[in-house]
Amino acid sequence: MDAQVVQILQLTLNGISIGSIYALVALGIVLTYKATEVLNFAYGDILMMSAFIGWGLIVVAGIPFWPAALITILIAAMLGYFLDRHVMRTIVGQPQFAGVMLTIALAFMLRGLVSMGFGPTSRSYPTPWTGHITHIGPIVVTDLNLVILAAALIVTALLFLFLRYTQLGVAIQASSQNQLAAYLCGIRVKRLNSFVWALTAAMAAVAGLLLAPIALVDISLWFVVLKGLAALVLGGFGSIPGAILGGLLIGLIEQFAGVYLPDGAKEMSAQLVLIGVLIFWPRGLLGEAHGRRV
Amino acid sequence: MRFAYDTSYSDAQQLLRYRSQWICYGALAIALIVAPWLLPAYYVGELSYLFIVSIASLALMVLTGFTGQVSLGHAAFMAIGAYTHTLLLDQGIGFIPSILGAATLTGFVGFIIGLPAIRVSGLYLAMVTLAYAMLTEQIIGRWKDVTGGFTGIPVSPPSLFGYDLSSLKGFYFLCLVILVAVLLGLINLMRGRTGRAFIGVRDSEAAAATLGIWVGGYKVLAFVISAFVTGIAGALLAHHLQFLTPDGFSVMLSMELVLMVVIGGLGSLRGAIFGAILIGMLPTLISKIKPLLPTSISSQFGLETFVFGLILALFVMFEPNGLNGRWLKLKILFENFPLYRRNTFRRGKTYMHSERYR
Amino acid sequence: MSYFSVDSVSLSFGGVRAIRDLSFDVAQGEVFAIIGPNGAGKTSVFNVITRVFNASSGRISFDGKDITHVPRHRIVDYGIARTFQNIELFEGAAVIDNLLLGRHRFPYGNLISEICWLPNIRRAEAESRARVEDIIDFLELAPYRNSLVSALPYGVRKVVELARALATQPKLLLLDEPASGLNPEEARDLAFWIDDIRSDLGVTVIMIEHDMSLVSQAADRVMCMNAGQVLAIGAVDEVQSNPTVISAYLGT
Repeated sequence: MDAQVVQILQLTLNGISIGSIYALVALGIVLTYKATEVLNFAYGDILMMSAFIGWGLIVVAGIPFWPAALITILIAAMLGYFLDRHVMRTIVGQPQFAGVMLTIALAFMLRGLVSMGFGPTSRSYPTPWTGHITHIGPIVVTDLNLVILAAALIVTALLFLFLRYTQLGVAIQASSQNQLAAYLCGIRVKRLNSFVWALTAAMAAVAGLLLAPIALVDISLWFVVLKGLAALVLGGFGSIPGAILGGLLIGLIEQFAGVYLPDGAKEMSAQLVLIGVLIFWPRGLLGEAHGRRV
Repeated sequence: MRFAYDTSYSDAQQLLRYRSQWICYGALAIALIVAPWLLPAYYVGELSYLFIVSIASLALMVLTGFTGQVSLGHAAFMAIGAYTHTLLLDQGIGFIPSILGAATLTGFVGFIIGLPAIRVSGLYLAMVTLAYAMLTEQIIGRWKDVTGGFTGIPVSPPSLFGYDLSSLKGFYFLCLVILVAVLLGLINLMRGRTGRAFIGVRDSEAAAATLGIWVGGYKVLAFVISAFVTGIAGALLAHHLQFLTPDGFSVMLSMELVLMVVIGGLGSLRGAIFGAILIGMLPTLISKIKPLLPTSISSQFGLETFVFGLILALFVMFEPNGLNGRWLKLKILFENFPLYRRNTFRRGKTYMHSERYR
Repeated sequence: MSYFSVDSVSLSFGGVRAIRDLSFDVAQGEVFAIIGPNGAGKTSVFNVITRVFNASSGRISFDGKDITHVPRHRIVDYGIARTFQNIELFEGAAVIDNLLLGRHRFPYGNLISEICWLPNIRRAEAESRARVEDIIDFLELAPYRNSLVSALPYGVRKVVELARALATQPKLLLLDEPASGLNPEEARDLAFWIDDIRSDLGVTVIMIEHDMSLVSQAADRVMCMNAGQVLAIGAVDEVQSNPTVISAYLGT
């Protein structure tokens, strides 16, 4: 096969793999946003903290990967529940701006705690798939990338089933349509918000555990929240399928920009996409028009 | 309790209306003028830095506090002001034309960045400005021929009409004079027609439009004014730093500026200064406190970040009106001393209109 | 040609037609009321007049000028002011600043003189203040002059919004449900004020109102709308006794 085609296929696969992490991040943010009306700027830091916890459990405590991953996800979920129950709940009913500020404050605090606890050095931890390679025709794929893809698919599918077929999931959907109406129907919106935070924090932990082996366990992992935001905007802000599509596209754009565009384009591409889409096409791919009535 | 007793409509336009205000502000002015001779050199430098961040904080307050447009990327405007000023000085241009040129270019960039504000607002605007700031940082880092890239460039010392202002005292007064000028200009602007229009745009775009306020135009104008003033602050910061690298203008600086206006109290210029003083002094305070803490905490890097976050969280949760709100409450407490009611400032419970876009 | 006329205006959002081929005229110095069941398109009429929405077709003219395509923020320069159904005041500002904002359209100095607070700005501010104080006297708002809008009770906010509209010195005033949420006493005051606004200030008034006692007290003519169309226009008791109007309210 032509080398050019092989490269394109290779980049596509890598892009989809990294993009599925972005999609997970975007999914977590959009779920919090729709259910609790708060845009969680601390999401990247919850993810980063989970990666550090995972490193601590695997490397320092010597726990095997699977139990360590499970414990990390549980810890992250508890952290998410705690943050909503004891911090975010104090500002329910205040303007959106207060929510933005409070999540930024949380982001700072988590970042500070991690850097106080673990120091500024980067680390890495082994996974069962580290170093393994699979050949698909002429394309070489690390097993990690395949696992990432599979995990993202499983999480998305579980989330879909949960939102569609469980009472709790339907309650989340109702609350995300109209909190007051949901409350009047007997849904305990505040408790539900805490649950959503726990759920999305667990998703952040999954994304963090997957991202860390390919990116290193480092404070700068929180930057992935910006990729997630770009994915959200590209897919159409507030749309759950849009978040997934946007994440995959951002992953692809980054991979291709890194190879075919000048130096630096890879780092800037997500930001450029975000600005461009918001200015010229605020609805995004799958978004709905918005406006305010008088 | 004091009552305003006006005999003509121009009485209400006096900035200092009571003898007590004249005394307080007079005392403050004298204290600031004699400070460089009384304080140790280190604190004179710190004060100059506080003046610079106060200018930037005032600029962001115009945008976020008065016009209601969140900007998470103001460090980029500071960077553009700082680099332009440095490069213009290197061309042999005088201090005043150089700082004005830097501010004008920053204002023009503010115009470009403000254009999206006509179409997007709220969270979207926060994301656009954040992305813009990260882009600017990247571009400065990669445009090596002009900006020196990540290695940085030195800044020539400031001099005005042949006087060297690079001494601590000289730079102190330079910053103080510019801060006072910016503050007076912004006070006038915010109490006049433009400031009222900004508040109108912030509180109700629909009503503002029916009163003849061109909403999009004023949003962009707020960006231009804010960027212009931030450019001035950036140019001064260049002299304070004496060596420019892109790391000095990271997202962290943008966030610090946002912290200043939120903690100071949105919608008040006094609050912008309070916030700038508190946040600007925090790193120094923390470094003073560190020896008192157990080494396991004090030797780590994250303490400062953590404290920033903690302070912001406490203010958002318990005092959304910021330091300025606290100041007003204390003032009323003292003015009506025995008659103050605890519930004077209790907020009524209201249903929030959802501000979500979908 | 009449003073204010809406000529076969339609407004649709996608497939929904909020206003269908609506026409009516208002004479100078008249108080004209619009009534109709909820969702009849009354507020949409105001929104089309003040250019919040673009009319899909038709023409609106005022005082001999076509205002169908004027930019939204220019409408006030033609002498049209409005209030809103769900009060759109500037919550974070004092009452006096809200009213001064109503003076935005009047001449003022440029940005530089504003920054330096030059004498021309001082004069313009004093002039605006004097005009606003007249309105404060007229609507008895003096006790609330320096209070924040967010601290005011609902009834007072309604009056402040009316005052802000008057501060633009309009020739035509659009009031969207001015009496909703007012107690009977406040509603009675409002009827007298509307009368004074018309007779003393010479302002033409169009108001959307459900309170029929206020309508019959203040309005010269009434238009009843349903489903975006005119059912009847005429004197209050004529319209009230019109069979199609009755059936629109009661159902058939």
